[in-house]
Amino acid sequence: MELLLSSAIGILMAVGVYLLLERRMLPVIVGLTFVSYSVNLFLLAMGRLTIDKPPIIRPGITDYTDPLPQALVLTAIVIAFGMTALIVVLGLRAYLETGSDAAEVERTDMVREFGSVGQKDGR
Amino acid sequence: MNHLIVVPFVLPALVATALLIGAREDLSRQRTVGVASVLALVVTSIVLLVQASNGPSSYAIGNWPAPFGIVLVLDRLSAMMVALTSFIALVAILYAINGWDARGKHFHVLFQFQLVGINGAFLTGDIFNLFVCFEVMLISSYGLMLHGDGAWRLKAGFQYVTLNLIGSSLFLIAVGLIYAATGTLNLADLSGRLAALAPGDVALLRTGALLLFAVFAIKSAIVPLHWWLPGTYGAASAPVAALFALLTKVGAYSILRFHSVAFSGNEAGVSAALTAVLMPAAAVTLVLGAIGVLASRSMLELASYSVIASMGTLLLAGAGLEPRQLTAALYYMLHSTLIGAALFLLVDVTAAGRGRAGDRLTPTHRMPNASLLGLLFLLAGIASVGLPPLSGFIGKLAILDSLRTPGMGTVAWTAILASSLLMIAGYARAGSTLFWAACEEPKTADHEPSAKTPLAPVVIVAVLIGLSAALSVLGGGAMTDLEATAREMSTPSIYIDAVLRKTISQVP
Repeated sequence: MELLLSSAIGILMAVGVYLLLERRMLPVIVGLTFVSYSVNLFLLAMGRLTIDKPPIIRPGITDYTDPLPQALVLTAIVIAFGMTALIVVLGLRAYLETGSDAAEVERTDMVREFGSVGQKDGR
Repeated sequence: MNHLIVVPFVLPALVATALLIGAREDLSRQRTVGVASVLALVVTSIVLLVQASNGPSSYAIGNWPAPFGIVLVLDRLSAMMVALTSFIALVAILYAINGWDARGKHFHVLFQFQLVGINGAFLTGDIFNLFVCFEVMLISSYGLMLHGDGAWRLKAGFQYVTLNLIGSSLFLIAVGLIYAATGTLNLADLSGRLAALAPGDVALLRTGALLLFAVFAIKSAIVPLHWWLPGTYGAASAPVAALFALLTKVGAYSILRFHSVAFSGNEAGVSAALTAVLMPAAAVTLVLGAIGVLASRSMLELASYSVIASMGTLLLAGAGLEPRQLTAALYYMLHSTLIGAALFLLVDVTAAGRGRAGDRLTPTHRMPNASLLGLLFLLAGIASVGLPPLSGFIGKLAILDSLRTPGMGTVAWTAILASSLLMIAGYARAGSTLFWAACEEPKTADHEPSAKTPLAPVVIVAVLIGLSAALSVLGGGAMTDLEATAREMSTPSIYIDAVLRKTISQVP
């Protein structure tokens, strides 16, 4: 059990970090999801590995599983899901608008606008 | 229970939701409600500031008692940060309603959610809740940063989001390690549990704690984790960049808070390790920021590297836990937030009058109102570099005075003085290029400047610089007040009692 879980965490993290080091956006996004899977498993393991134990106090039972890491993981999954959705949309729009999947910013592209005169209803 | 504590956290969340549902297309109503909400926050934060001067108080959300439920804690430090937040938010939103908010949808909704995250991070007394507040803060900062047009901005945004998602993963790992070692995520409870740590768990805890500080270092742009800042702040619109001046302070606040409450007693060697790493890192940050100021090719780079240098200065003093150092660090925190916001707004006002040259540091035609803007730039530069008579000088003087120890003190003095010289040169170069090297060439269509500089933004920048002057004139009073804050921080039992004592009396 310990070996299975720890190697799963390690392999997922290794895959995630490898993909994060790519220079294109899609592998980076996939890498981020792998990293978040690995972190979620890690958080779960932090409550110690127990099987078939209740998380809520009941009379007559002395051994429990820790419910807090499960609650944390649930929150982390929800947040990671939202963030992944955001970064997918961001990457997709950047791809559609620039026509490239490269994750770098070309310095020459950076044209900024300043001031806000005459833009009052510029939507 | 003091219900006012939840207002800075809940009010913007309600306002944002209401705006999203009730005023999707009505920009003028969004502006009214947004400004009204921020004004209410300013009033609330002033009341909270007065309340906090009578000692810290805590608020158990859902009335779940402290080590089990999530608490919000109001003490002098968090009240000061919430007040600073609401004030900077007021300035940013007043600047934005001059037209920036019309460039994309939902500016005001994102703005309010951003305030939820920042205020939550300042008020929470729970590590996981801090993580959630960070995420709220970050996800709205992604939206605000992308507000406006430009395909390259999407890519700059992609990098910023990726970096912060990696930061969040590290945060979660740190939370997991700390929970595994101590079995608690409440900040006040944590410090009590550290003393009774099993010897086998010490390494686990130290790893978790230092990983947590690494995450805060990403947020506060400390070398070697600073490289994201110029790109991000340069891509954000001016009022958003002004608000972002607070995001780095959230990182610095978290470092100060965790160091002073949870790890002050040097359990598991965390405090000593942190000070040993943070001091040199802050010195390098300061020098690198100053070199960046000197080498910058545009006004936005100048402002961004000034922020990096100011974070270095702040954390040189904030690395230790002596009251004198903390006082100086807090004073510098107030000063650098005001001036950081002023600089980004001033860049916007100035660059708008320079036609196609924008914010690049190249000579161009004479811009309208050059003397007024030049004066503001001079004053902002003086404050940012730390020359008398503005607040930067007093801040740096207090930091130098508090670091009169042999060893690291020498390094800190050298770093602060050398970087000030570099920054003076950088600002002088930028200012003379911008305002004096103007060539009198005939106006072409390319170089057509904006007809005139709008008044409201200039007034807002002037008010921010005026506040820096006020912070300098009223320096004595401010220092006395901050000394009380620093004393409270260096006595963690005050904070811990405020959170846990209540629990004992409430639980039957």
